[in-house]
Amino acid sequence: MEQFHFDLAASRDAGGTRALALVGVVASGNLEVMVQRGAEPGRCTIEVNTAATGFRDLWEAVIADAVARRALGGLTIAIDDGGARPDTVSLRLAQAVRQIEESES
Amino acid sequence: MSRTLSWYEASARDRVAALVDPGSFAEILGPECREISPHLVLFGLPAQFDDGIVIGSARIDGRAVLVAAQEGRFMGGAFGEVHGAKLTALLRAAKAMGRDVVIAFDTGGVRLQEANAGETAIAEIMRALVEARLAGVRVIGLVGGRAGCFGGGGLIAGCCSALIVSEQGRISVSGPEVIETNKGVEEFDSRDRAFVWRTMGGKHRVLIGGADAFVDDDVEAFRAAAVAALGAPAGLDLERLGAEQARLARRIERFGDAGDATEIWARLGIEQPASIPDLSAKDFQAIAATHRETADDAR
Repeated sequence: MEQFHFDLAASRDAGGTRALALVGVVASGNLEVMVQRGAEPGRCTIEVNTAATGFRDLWEAVIADAVARRALGGLTIAIDDGGARPDTVSLRLAQAVRQIEESES
Repeated sequence: MSRTLSWYEASARDRVAALVDPGSFAEILGPECREISPHLVLFGLPAQFDDGIVIGSARIDGRAVLVAAQEGRFMGGAFGEVHGAKLTALLRAAKAMGRDVVIAFDTGGVRLQEANAGETAIAEIMRALVEARLAGVRVIGLVGGRAGCFGGGGLIAGCCSALIVSEQGRISVSGPEVIETNKGVEEFDSRDRAFVWRTMGGKHRVLIGGADAFVDDDVEAFRAAAVAALGAPAGLDLERLGAEQARLARRIERFGDAGDATEIWARLGIEQPASIPDLSAKDFQAIAATHRETADDAR
């Protein structure tokens, strides 16, 4: 298992008021992404626990892509990964960010 | 009937959302608490923030209840130390508060990486469940997930006041592969899926009185059956258990030498037992209503 911690500049802050979003489960080829508020505006912190070792470069690329494409400013993101492919990681990040921006039911 | 969402395909959180009245669920020890397994990291395995079980309070059809749902895709929904402690605590709270409990099982049993803690948890959960029932609380089990309900989960399910199953809701203690490994392929061929399902699946459990209600694989159907079960009389006492013990003795006497579930269904008086696996829920419910063994507490 490998752990990473990223603290990145984010050009856009997340909208909405929801405190927490959680998508996915920890299973083979899957991952859970928990998004909370609490980072400074314009920053995004991401911690990753992954079952697959040796893929830090890929994680950096996928997360850089997410920060560039989505409004992640002000969010802290925690990921437990069961060995998901990069496209699955991107999908879960997108789902989680969308969920935290949804209006509260 | 409109097919809302498959119970089998739904996640634990989807199932809770579909079961309870909108906006009524208050999670206890949610993922933000990060009460994760202390054992999995020792094996180099990632934890899950809720340790694979969602618990909380909610309303179902206006009635205040406590709810638990296992996530069958994380570690096969298996019981570990934290996962088990969450369910034990919920059942103890149910006794203290006098609140009925609905448990959505989806489990292969005890998590191998924390087997001692998991086995202890099973015992604690069964004790807490029975003590809650003795205090008049209903504990309704729902089984229809991809992991089924096996191992210690099968034992806990057996302690519930009512069980609701779908066709996919396999309930047993030893699973197919375990039986085959220990007793050989002639005793149990775990790769014969039709055989596995007619031996452990929801229809058979309902017919022999091991489960109380059979429903479609649909979250709305599970919710409706849970509402009905919450309205049924509660209670557990020695007299009831004695009667159930006698019924179990009759069951083994009547069916103990049967080699296949279809033989049991024939002895129940079902005219075309071979057709049972192919029946729709509606047609099956009609046959089950007139031919099945009674179910109350014996599983």
